[in-house]
Amino acid sequence: MIERLGALVLDGIARLGTFVLFLISALFYAIMPPYKPRLLIRQIRTIGSDSLFLIVLIATFTGMVLGLQGYNALHRFGSDTALGTVVALILVRELGPVLAALMIAARAGSAMAAELGSMQSTEQIDALTVMAINPIQYLVSPRVLAGVISFPLLTSIFDVIGIWGGYLIGVKLLGAPSGPYFNGIGSTLTSHDIMTGLYKALVFGIVVMWVCCYKGYNAERMATGVSRATTQAVVLSSVLILAWDYFLTSILL
Amino acid sequence: MSEPETNHDGVNAIKVRDLHRRFDHQQVLDGVSLDIPPDQITTIVGPSGSGKTVFLKHLNLLLRPDSGQIVIDNFDVTKLRGAAVDAVREKFGMLFQAGALFDSMSVFDNVAFPLVEKTRMPRAEIKQRVLETLQAVGLEKMERKYPSELSGGMQKRAALARALVTRPKILMLDEPTTGLDPSRTGAIHELIRRTQKNFELTVVLVSHDVPAVFEVSDRVAFLHHGKTHLNGTVAEVMAANDEIFKHFLEGKAAGAENEENEALAG
Repeated sequence: MIERLGALVLDGIARLGTFVLFLISALFYAIMPPYKPRLLIRQIRTIGSDSLFLIVLIATFTGMVLGLQGYNALHRFGSDTALGTVVALILVRELGPVLAALMIAARAGSAMAAELGSMQSTEQIDALTVMAINPIQYLVSPRVLAGVISFPLLTSIFDVIGIWGGYLIGVKLLGAPSGPYFNGIGSTLTSHDIMTGLYKALVFGIVVMWVCCYKGYNAERMATGVSRATTQAVVLSSVLILAWDYFLTSILL
Repeated sequence: MSEPETNHDGVNAIKVRDLHRRFDHQQVLDGVSLDIPPDQITTIVGPSGSGKTVFLKHLNLLLRPDSGQIVIDNFDVTKLRGAAVDAVREKFGMLFQAGALFDSMSVFDNVAFPLVEKTRMPRAEIKQRVLETLQAVGLEKMERKYPSELSGGMQKRAALARALVTRPKILMLDEPTTGLDPSRTGAIHELIRRTQKNFELTVVLVSHDVPAVFEVSDRVAFLHHGKTHLNGTVAEVMAANDEIFKHFLEGKAAGAENEENEALAG
């Protein structure tokens, strides 16, 4: 009993070790030559610009619902003028980075885990190794770097579109005053708020790419291996996004 | 029997000594020793689970042995690390069981890949080399296709071209005829023989395709329970009159017959 428990703990620690080493080697090889900007640009396209439409769509609806809820709540206290501030603060500090990261994990992260998983199961990763090409440097490093670059950019776009969505519903539809909406944002939102959101996006970018690449890269070589890797990648990245969100908020607040 | 003949200058391309490797509770390699002479086709056969593929993965340094030596060009490669491993790997070409072509790239880009990534060869020269190699494996005018548009046999040929494009000295083939029908199997065997002659290669071939594969082989090593049970020229191994080897060959034949009968009955 105790022996099995011990084996379980040791196994868990060993797994955690390989998981952490995976990220460390991905970051290490990202700064080592040879540099392949072509690979990085292709990944930024897959993670970044291909996710743009989805981000705009989600941000619009998120902003709209914030406008609706915010107006209804604030109207009760007669503080309609604070609507812009409330919407912007919620988006920039919290919902922007978190929702954007969840959406990119679901869209690009799952595709990434599936792609690397099928490369693993069809021996394409072994083929790279035998050709003396480091598969971590060739496959993983560009994806993690692309995550670091794309997530903050997509989050910024999410924030801006969301604020416009709130404006559309709160001001144009429900009639909150238009001037204070943007003035409030300008006078209350500090650069600290914005940086908090961007730091979060940066961390989420690393976490999502790390988890999705790791799960795909270590997919089991059988029929269910790829699908299991994909599911685990999305579930684990979502959980880690929310867990890290709490820790980051408590540190950065 | 166990000592190889010396009609190849007495120098072996690859020398394996007492290779051991354990996975969890299974001793997959339990003291494999084998000499692989240059410029010949050495075929490794054995029942499923006898450690053929694991053995090949040790030769190309994808796996590390628990103990034992692999000497390539007078270097014990089991002790090498980092860049030195890559230097050894550049002597190899490897054809994987499933081909392992990159499905996001065309046949041309797949074959050009090792040259583009690992050499400073000018673009025009790469193009010429790739087309030349594709021609050598019988895939002219296929360079714009994607792997998914090729038949199983053509994928193997494309993968072989990729393994050959760097002009390696040693070619390793992992079950090159898996999933092919008998006529295609024959064609691939013929191609392997022709390639070995044209490119003056040392070929290590892992196959379950007995006895068809013997036609293309110079030497045969029979692995059984993680050990080299038989090892010699095709004629020597066939004449050895070994019970286990006979069972293996008959089992194969009987198995095939059974499947055929079942197919007929069904």
